[in-house]
Amino acid sequence: MLCWLRMATLMTAVLLLSVAAYGQEISREQIKGLDEQVQEVKTDILAIAAELNQLEEMLLYPSNTQIALFVSVAGGETFRLDSVEIQLGGKPVAHHIYTFKELEALQKGGVQRIYTGNIRTGVHDLQVSVMGKVVKGSEFQITERFMVNKEVGPKIVEISLTDKSINLKDD
Amino acid sequence: MFRLLIVIISLVLVTSVAAAGTTAPPVLKDLYFGEAFFHALKGDWFDAIARLDTELSLFHGLDEPERDTLYYHINQAEFAVGDFELAYRMHQRVGRAITAVIEGNVDEAIRNEAIFRLARMYFQKDQPLNALFAVERINGDVPAAIRDDLAFLRAQILMANGRFAEAADMLGELQGVKSLEGFSTYNLGIAKLREGKELEGRRFLDRTGQINSKQSLTMAIKDKSNLVLGSKLMAENDFEGAKQVFDRVRLTGPFSNRALLGSGWADASRNRFPRALVPWSLLVNRATTDASVQEAMLAVPYAYGKLNMYSKAALMYGSALEKFNAEVDKLDASIKSIREGHFLRALVREELKQDANWVVRLRKLPQTPETYYLLELMASHDFQESLKNYFDLEALRKKLRTWERDLLAFEEIIEVRRLYYQPRLPAIDRQFQLLDSQMRLRLEQRDRIEERLNDMLIAPRPDYLATSQERIALTRIAFVERKLSTGSIASSGDIEARVRRLRGVLDWNIHTQYDRRFTEAHKHLRDLNHEVDLLNNQYAAFVRTRQAATQSYTGYDDAIRRLRFLIREGSEKVKTLMARQGHQLEVMAANELSRRRERLAEFQIKVRFAMADSYDRATRNQTQERLGQ
Repeated sequence: MLCWLRMATLMTAVLLLSVAAYGQEISREQIKGLDEQVQEVKTDILAIAAELNQLEEMLLYPSNTQIALFVSVAGGETFRLDSVEIQLGGKPVAHHIYTFKELEALQKGGVQRIYTGNIRTGVHDLQVSVMGKVVKGSEFQITERFMVNKEVGPKIVEISLTDKSINLKDD
Repeated sequence: MFRLLIVIISLVLVTSVAAAGTTAPPVLKDLYFGEAFFHALKGDWFDAIARLDTELSLFHGLDEPERDTLYYHINQAEFAVGDFELAYRMHQRVGRAITAVIEGNVDEAIRNEAIFRLARMYFQKDQPLNALFAVERINGDVPAAIRDDLAFLRAQILMANGRFAEAADMLGELQGVKSLEGFSTYNLGIAKLREGKELEGRRFLDRTGQINSKQSLTMAIKDKSNLVLGSKLMAENDFEGAKQVFDRVRLTGPFSNRALLGSGWADASRNRFPRALVPWSLLVNRATTDASVQEAMLAVPYAYGKLNMYSKAALMYGSALEKFNAEVDKLDASIKSIREGHFLRALVREELKQDANWVVRLRKLPQTPETYYLLELMASHDFQESLKNYFDLEALRKKLRTWERDLLAFEEIIEVRRLYYQPRLPAIDRQFQLLDSQMRLRLEQRDRIEERLNDMLIAPRPDYLATSQERIALTRIAFVERKLSTGSIASSGDIEARVRRLRGVLDWNIHTQYDRRFTEAHKHLRDLNHEVDLLNNQYAAFVRTRQAATQSYTGYDDAIRRLRFLIREGSEKVKTLMARQGHQLEVMAANELSRRRERLAEFQIKVRFAMADSYDRATRNQTQERLGQ
């Protein structure tokens, strides 16, 4: 009896140190070989994605009419962003409700492309509405209106948010 | 226990944002670069790479890249794409990307950081020799942010290459580094042990085992260190020392079950069975699926037997046998479920991915295997990589399916545009040609006027600025003068004087008003230029719109055909790889469960034998007691 108990103890000690030894029937070479093939297929599909992105942009958003709206959270801001709603030329074009992950990504400096579309050259009315909550504070809602001048090239607009204001940066 | 399992699996399966060192630039000039970070910070590595790849490829194709907004971030962008690829486990591409940075014309610090990343990648991919070659190329200025990490990596690489003494020296210098607390000491202990310096090695393991920290990872390495040291002491029959070390392991950490089991054995080995029962009794009430708990279910009645409490031992063996039987049934069902494909189908269910407790949820789904038994396997590197690959392939499969539908939508859009534009464009083009020729004529006129006005700056020509009425009057006067000179009309001094006076008046007006007229002519030309600019803008806008109209439905056929082919080819590859990867996972999981089942089957035999033995002894004791009475 004591013998198998000792055996069990030793087995436990071995288990402690070699978790990765399981699944030996599949060799490391097999795993590595398949992993390399997966990497290759990822490379192929990323190339397709890039080509498809370019095709989509050419087909749906030609540069002379293209407008892209980006949302960012100003540096150091810690408010909770709940949603952003955008109207362009009086028509609603984007409405986004933020997940925790998305909010965290914005707070860490990521920039969200919230809308890509087409408009004519000239001046357009842009209305941005933001809902959120100040840390340990009350909920807030801000709406601001801006004029956006679309010229011949693609128009890129950054909407930078704080808990008190909405700022527009365009090229 | 649930929390512990979740922690282990979360650590294993959630792609760590921090692991990739993803940090967006503090000042962002290129919003598309920021968008790539947005995807990366959410953990959407595929989208992050695709975005950044597109941006980099556009940037490198520019004639004047320094005028592009990405120019301000180009070094970080090259690094970031490598980081993202590393997080997306595309090590082959990472290697190429980082090598490109290393071989590029960059600062020493940037070059060294790139080599550090390359070395880290080789080390993670179990290529210690390549990692060593890489890390040995680092010299000169190293960014402060990576200095300690580089030294630690260098030590790890040296250990992986069997150069323990050098590694120990390096780790010795890192003992004061807060961010490496626990890890540097533990590794130093292991390096010393491997170097053959047993006492020193144990001393550092012991030191690691006594660290106090609020960092969960530091506490985990502390527990691990105690477990390793305790096991060594047990193997050398130093049960007293082992007991002390095992008891330092936290009761709630990922190593607690093994430590409780070891602690009990340290007492039992010294025949201190009542004391051994303390950790074991705690252990037997934990999840039955854990290997240490199962062993404790045998150890507890064994200890009671040693304390001559055979009846209690027999009852506990009976209870253990029941539980083992139930677990064996569960394992049989789990193996069957894996072989029938339920495991893989359950793994890719969307609702599970939304839940951090997905492992717990998985085991609750019908016909899915008992995931508790797979936890250790799931924590192993090979299984993790295979599982992540399987998840990635499933995501790629879905993307490809969506893209195929997108192509159909694109074709429909193109067809709608063709039907709209094709019948209208010929008439529009005819009308445009007419307007175009009129416009050209007018522009030529304007050019001639400008040229004449410019000449008049050097050689004034008042006659050029005569009004139309003046020009008509002058023509008439000239006509009358010709008639008078040829005698066609009767000449009289009075008429000739009137003609001369009229010409004089006209010449007077034309010459005296010349400066004003010249200024006005320039003003009119400027006004005309403004109108011409508007016309040119409108012309250019029309040309662009006209081109866009044609481009909106022509020239896509080849690209769409090519992409459709690539997508189908990709789908086939993904399908094949998913099948192979899935099979690997199933084999690994089924093997693991079979191994655990075999162990339980052995336990069943032993417990039956021990139970019978305990009953015999209990009966014998009762008989002797009765005889004694």
